[in-house]
Amino acid sequence: MDYALLIEWTLKSLILLLVLLGGFAYLTLYERKALARIQVRIGPNRAGPWGILQPVADGIKLIFKEEFTPASADKLLFFLAPLITVVPALVIAAVVPWGPPVEIFGRRVTLQVADLNVGVLYVMAIASISVYGIVLAGWASNNKYAMLGGMRSSAQMISYELALGLAFVTAILLADSMQLSEIVAAQRNVWFVVLQPVGAAIFLIATLAEVNRAPFDMPEAEQELTAGYHTEYSGMKFALFFMAEYDKMIVVSALAASLFFGGYWGPGVERFPWLGPVYMAIKVIILLFGMIWVRATLPRIRYDRLMSLGWKVLFPLALAVAFITALGILLEQLWLVPLLSLLAAFLTSLLVTRAIWRKVYA
Amino acid sequence: MSLELLLFLILALIAIASALGMLLSRHAVYAALFLVLNFATVAVFYLLLNAPFIAMAQITVYAGAIMVLFLFVIMLLGTEVLPPSPVLPWQRPLAFLLALGLLAESVYLLFFRQRLTLSLPATIDPFSGPKAIGQALFTGYLLPFEITSILLLVAMVGAILLTRKER
Repeated sequence: MDYALLIEWTLKSLILLLVLLGGFAYLTLYERKALARIQVRIGPNRAGPWGILQPVADGIKLIFKEEFTPASADKLLFFLAPLITVVPALVIAAVVPWGPPVEIFGRRVTLQVADLNVGVLYVMAIASISVYGIVLAGWASNNKYAMLGGMRSSAQMISYELALGLAFVTAILLADSMQLSEIVAAQRNVWFVVLQPVGAAIFLIATLAEVNRAPFDMPEAEQELTAGYHTEYSGMKFALFFMAEYDKMIVVSALAASLFFGGYWGPGVERFPWLGPVYMAIKVIILLFGMIWVRATLPRIRYDRLMSLGWKVLFPLALAVAFITALGILLEQLWLVPLLSLLAAFLTSLLVTRAIWRKVYA
Repeated sequence: MSLELLLFLILALIAIASALGMLLSRHAVYAALFLVLNFATVAVFYLLLNAPFIAMAQITVYAGAIMVLFLFVIMLLGTEVLPPSPVLPWQRPLAFLLALGLLAESVYLLFFRQRLTLSLPATIDPFSGPKAIGQALFTGYLLPFEITSILLLVAMVGAILLTRKER
């Protein structure tokens, strides 16, 4: 057994977990601040200078809150559901490369916990497992609203997984690999968002639905379901659901950055490999801001509209885009790929607009 | 005892226990969850056999998609607690006979394996990579692959047709 390797892996996993936990705490603050700015408010500014201690205050409040379990809940699953939600959100980050290989104490260290040759498939597998936590939370609470939230989330996540998978396929085709490190390495000169802008857009929309963020936050729609699947949860169990959502946001942004936005590449990374994680962090923060911006701007979509969007618009478009990408690679005419996919996206949006207009003026 | 054997034994125990739990559980949600656990264990078996692609596909397809739909239907219909099933008189002897047949077959395969496997096509040596699997699927096993996809398409069309309202 190579003990240095063991220590390296342990340290990398530990650092990743700490980054995700700290990222969760400060993402909540960032979201509240950004939302406040967009809504012409100030946002939290009482705990510490500029409110930077707000997450600590929130955490302490949640720890000391009463843990409440409904009398007729399924005790075991009620307890397990938050864990089943959090663990996939954390382990999914293991395959994301944070930077190019660097030298530490004369050792070549890859800035990635696990470089699987089926990395993309691993992401899909873990993402599909994370549905269970929400569904079981909704069912185990023995509450009609929670149940409806759980059901909605399972239908929504399964539907959008298809479009998400096909968006993955475009990146896999362009990089000729399922290994995330190779997908990032293939974007050294051209980011995949340039080659496949529609694939990137589908990925971003589908991931919004996968992490249950506005405008796709059906499972916890406050106005209709009080709080959806976590209605009955309080204290730290509630905090775990929150943590899962925000960690998923971070991980999904990191995945989007590595699949379509060049990962850790940026000017000067070849000479100074330590710039890689910095670029990665900047890209992740920009994508996170995009998610918050969308939440502040768009109203929630109605449930049946959400399902039609997933099945009748995004899925066929993603299929067409995957086909176009394969065609461009087969003909060795890569310039065709962005052109034809943008054309397909334009046609789709034209059809959707016409369908909506017909409904409005019929 | 090697580490691999130890892992295998623990996994086998979990697999058998979860399968039994699924069969004996009178609660449909728990039965479904036991089945999910069983699928996950099988995925880990694939990992032990150096086939990460199949392991991940197993989790994505079976544990991630199919079982979520099962749970969805169980919860939607509200049939969480199963009624005691009626005992069919011919069921027990038939099950006994079939189980005996399976046992005999597996014992035969275990002891005469060398002679039988010779006729099977050799698996691709580095069976782990997605590239090797793709190559195998689209060259050596193209016909079975296409037939499977047509079968699935027919099943899908059939399901849509069956649920369509008459106009």
